[in-house]
Amino acid sequence: MRTLLLKSLFARPVTIDAPSPEDAALAEIGRELEKRARKLFGRSLTIREVDAGSCNGCELEIHALNNAIYDVERFGIKFAASPRHADVLMVTGPVSKNMKVALERTYAATPAPKWVIAVGDCACGCGVFAKSYATVGAVDKVVPVDLHIKGCPPRPIDLLKGLVALMDKATAS
Amino acid sequence: MATNGLARTLSSLRPAGDQRPWPRYAAEAALWTEIGQRLGAGEGDLLALWGEPQFVHLALRAPDLVKPCVVSIAVRNGQFPSIGRYHAPAIRLERAIHDLYGHVPGNTPDDRPWLDHGAWGLSAPLGKRKRSPLRDPAEYKFLRVAGHGMHQIPVGPVHAGIIEPGHFRFTVNGEHVARLEQRLGYVHKGIDGLLIDTDIETAARIAARVSGDSTVAYSFAFAAAVEAALDIEAPPRAQALRGVMAELERMANHFGDIGAICNDASFVIAHAHCGIFRERVLAAADQAFGHRLMMDAIVPGGIAADISPDGVRTIRTMLDDVAPHFAEIIQLYDDTPSLQDRTCTTGIVGKDLVAKWAAGGHVGRASGRDFDTRRDLTYAPYDKVKFDVPAFTAGDVDARVWVRIREVEQSMRMLRHWLKAMPSGSVRRKLPVTRKAAEGIAMTEAFRGDVFVWVRVADGRIAQAHARDASWFQWPLLEAAIEGNIVADFPLCNKSFNCSYSGHDL
Ligand code: SF4
Repeated sequence: MRTLLLKSLFARPVTIDAPSPEDAALAEIGRELEKRARKLFGRSLTIREVDAGSCNGCELEIHALNNAIYDVERFGIKFAASPRHADVLMVTGPVSKNMKVALERTYAATPAPKWVIAVGDCACGCGVFAKSYATVGAVDKVVPVDLHIKGCPPRPIDLLKGLVALMDKATAS
Repeated sequence: MATNGLARTLSSLRPAGDQRPWPRYAAEAALWTEIGQRLGAGEGDLLALWGEPQFVHLALRAPDLVKPCVVSIAVRNGQFPSIGRYHAPAIRLERAIHDLYGHVPGNTPDDRPWLDHGAWGLSAPLGKRKRSPLRDPAEYKFLRVAGHGMHQIPVGPVHAGIIEPGHFRFTVNGEHVARLEQRLGYVHKGIDGLLIDTDIETAARIAARVSGDSTVAYSFAFAAAVEAALDIEAPPRAQALRGVMAELERMANHFGDIGAICNDASFVIAHAHCGIFRERVLAAADQAFGHRLMMDAIVPGGIAADISPDGVRTIRTMLDDVAPHFAEIIQLYDDTPSLQDRTCTTGIVGKDLVAKWAAGGHVGRASGRDFDTRRDLTYAPYDKVKFDVPAFTAGDVDARVWVRIREVEQSMRMLRHWLKAMPSGSVRRKLPVTRKAAEGIAMTEAFRGDVFVWVRVADGRIAQAHARDASWFQWPLLEAAIEGNIVADFPLCNKSFNCSYSGHDL
């Protein structure tokens, strides 16, 4: 245990030699994101994730943002357990009718100013579950959406790019 | 165990349908009920129970049957005899059949809705499909728990982390959980309905999204079921590459789970390292197959595209890089008493329960149910590769971690074997179009347990299909696992199961 801890202390951070070819882009996007979040909020950005009927594929990639390779906390982004602490809701899934009320309530519980990102093809209304008796079809049919990030699921790097775009949009308006 | 009773009952049934590779029989009420009683007596495993507009089907497996089989019963006057009355694992499945098709399980011990939360504006959407008024989603009769000093903690459907939604109702006495009752169905998307009368390609894309974390296992099972119905086989190279994808998926998920379990015991260093391992597997999968989760990479007839030219090398390099570091993390897990203090003897599931529920994956194999689809209902490419199926008996969180650790090692072994001896040739064959309806069944071993897929193909389209996740038979055992444990250990127990919400809710 002690040797491993020591090794970890002196090892180069893995975020530098990540396996992803997009890695330079990652650091770049992260810095852009941090700049914008600071300008907009004067502090960091807090996200609450809401699964509104996803297949859980989108969750896996959102989760990846927290791993030691993407490590979004270094850019000042963190995921909150409660919508009351959130600036941004990341919503996935075709909004199953069984989750509609919960999504509305989560949105209502998020203090303004707030932004909503629809993450993944399902949330954007172009996924495979859109036309079913059990789904509403897209997140913007239930709560106002500020940004759509397509992909099935979107890659972590696309999620980061999306956050940058959202900040730009929010600063502009 | 008097097992030949079940075989005798089955031998008196008429064959039905044109189904491969397992036979299908038609049963009348009396024999159907007898099968339910025999399952309840432990003579066989219930593998699946699902509906269609006029029928209810039951898949089972028993030690003295050469092959598993399907038994079907025609629904009469909107009813079929309840299996759940004799065999509890069938209860939630029957509640789902009732919600989707309107068929009433006669004399069921539990007639509460399950997937239908009153939000569809419809009753029996896949059956008689009648308009129905919206109900308050909170209107649900939880089972009553009585006792001095008991109080309730409701959790969900929106949970604290980046996870799927579901509701947990804890009744606790001080810190100890007296009862947990789950309420699921929040992510029900109507998958069985979406699969009705669909072209095979679209259906395959839907099947691949039943549970995103098991997308390879689902695509694999769906493809194999369609191929069984059409009586064809995927080319040998495609078969080997399917194995490669399935084991990459298993490794990625097991790494994620091992890390997440340690994280829930506040052992963050293991979580950080496992997160890196997982990321390396996904990056290799991306390079080799063009998608991090390998979604839609397996298709009926073979695989969508051959492995990329440097794919074999990429995966091999990943294995060489990850293996020694993973060994270090296992050592660390094994050497840290404060961590084991949390995982050992926590969330125990008994051998009798996993046997009764025929619970697959790490839930079963941590509690002495030594079953693995890859070995026990073997399919290509697992029929030609050597691997061990690790099984433990303690039944606690720790045992479920060890199942995963040992399985990762076996996955690495299989991957190395296939990468060295990859058959050459094409990777996809055209599907023949058959006029006559034919049915196919397949089971594959996803990282969390067996995935079951049944299809009926006619005129080159999917007429009807059903997918059953391993979670159906694991979720109820989580209710048992937490009993008597403290509330603070629930995240740990839950992670060690890691059941799928989407795979269950369909
Ligand atoms: S967009 Fe794709 S990955 Fe995301 S929830 Fe929908 S099907 Fe799953």
